[in-house]
Amino acid sequence: MLTKQKSQASNPPKIKKDKDGRYTPMVSPWRVKGRLFAIAIIIIALLFYSSIETEVSFGDLAEGFTNTFQVMGKFFPPETGILATTMDRLIETIHMAIISTTFATIFVIPLSLLAAQNITTNKWVYNGVRFFLNILRTVPDIVLAVIFVGIFGIGVFSGIIALFIFSMGILAKLISETIEAVDMEPIQAMRASGAGVIQSIYFGLVPQVLPQFTSFTLYVFEINIRASVVIGLVGAGGIGLLLNQQIQFYSYPSAMMIIIVIFLVVVVIEYISTKIREAIV
Amino acid sequence: MSMEQPPRRPLPIMKIIKYLMIGIAVITLYIWTFATIDVDLAKALERMQSNFQRIVPRLFDPEWDSLGKVWGMMVETLFIAYAGSLAAAILAVPLGFLAAINMTNSKILTTIGKWILSAIRAFPEIILAILFVVAVGPTPFAGILAIAIGSTGMLGKLYSEVLESIDMEVVQAMQANGSNGIQIMFHGIIPQVIPEFLSYAIYRFEIDVRASTVLGYVGAGGIGLLIFFASSNRNWNEMGMILLVIIVVVTVIDYVSSYIRKRIV
Repeated sequence: MLTKQKSQASNPPKIKKDKDGRYTPMVSPWRVKGRLFAIAIIIIALLFYSSIETEVSFGDLAEGFTNTFQVMGKFFPPETGILATTMDRLIETIHMAIISTTFATIFVIPLSLLAAQNITTNKWVYNGVRFFLNILRTVPDIVLAVIFVGIFGIGVFSGIIALFIFSMGILAKLISETIEAVDMEPIQAMRASGAGVIQSIYFGLVPQVLPQFTSFTLYVFEINIRASVVIGLVGAGGIGLLLNQQIQFYSYPSAMMIIIVIFLVVVVIEYISTKIREAIV
Repeated sequence: MSMEQPPRRPLPIMKIIKYLMIGIAVITLYIWTFATIDVDLAKALERMQSNFQRIVPRLFDPEWDSLGKVWGMMVETLFIAYAGSLAAAILAVPLGFLAAINMTNSKILTTIGKWILSAIRAFPEIILAILFVVAVGPTPFAGILAIAIGSTGMLGKLYSEVLESIDMEVVQAMQANGSNGIQIMFHGIIPQVIPEFLSYAIYRFEIDVRASTVLGYVGAGGIGLLIFFASSNRNWNEMGMILLVIIVVVTVIDYVSSYIRKRIV
């Protein structure tokens, strides 16, 4: 980061010109100031309105904060007795994330090719798939989990299916955008020299998107670890289920232990995945 | 038709070993996963046969009578997301400055700032919501706090990246001319970062709307409460209505927000 700044500093100074070719001073003219003022008024007005709607006053805020620190005492010290059970559930959570990410990665390939404008030239197919993916991404993970728990019953299987659908929505968007950003010339050259669709995708497209593809898969794996906490709350297996039980029994020190474990796992997995992603891209 | 392939460059031995090791690690991971996971596929599929018809068609047949109730809770959700992300947008500013190396000029302070931000980011919002529900009771306020704290981590990181990419020559010129810290801040730094800060805050609001639909499930206010009731009562028609409202509102907000963000930056 430091070296980057030094190289920036050694560049000749850039002075911004506006569209009429004049040099604009950094101090904002009154028109800009007026607009900023108007935006500020709107933001504050909305805040007041929302505080009325949610019945939260600023007094509550101050009171809430002092209260928070007092009540947090209930969670300490963390109960270590639950550690063994937590570890079992944690492994289950990781398994759920691994399986759902794997299947999402496989099924996302055709889907993201269909949702990329430069590969799918049929406008109807492209827009249809895009629309479907946009809808899919708006469904909250917890709703998916609730529905699949309803269908398949309480257990790991419902969680895997929910995570699979949830991560497919995110992954398909990220990957289709990567595909749209690739250099089309090698692919066109291949098509021109007689390669088939599959051949041109395999030799022209895959090498270009593979690093990002791997990186996004790891990213989605991270997201799945987090989401599986939420999904467990509704009975779809994993560590969230255990956490919910402890909260419902008011055994806050045990809950705190689980929270600490989740925190550590998320940090470790994020660290590893960031290192791998930095190495690939 | 046989085509001559271009000659392949032989892989260096170290690379082959590296790929082999990665391959073995991945395969071990999968064997471990599939061998130990406890999935009763037959039972799940059996359940599906009896439940599928009872649930899925009813999801697509939303209960229009509950539209008023669902809409009211959705509005509450939006306000939780708004108040939470506004608080985060403000809380993240000092943390963003702390985590930007060109603002602190101190490796230690920046590292501390970055650590704080990634520690906050590691908490899933739902866990924060659980903690705050215990602390302040099952009110929308708990949801606002959860969103505010949860969003600060990501916004602070994005803010610090914006700050690290600003044109420092303006700041240096001001320093050379004898401006004090406050003047540099308001005339040198803030005008450069305001559009991007705003844009990221709006983007985070988008994410927070999605996040706050879930919070009610643990009692932190908003539409999640209705999801909880609908799922415990097996009222799948109402669930369909909730889902419809969430999909429409989130889509509209995404659209409006990306329009505003394009105008700002």
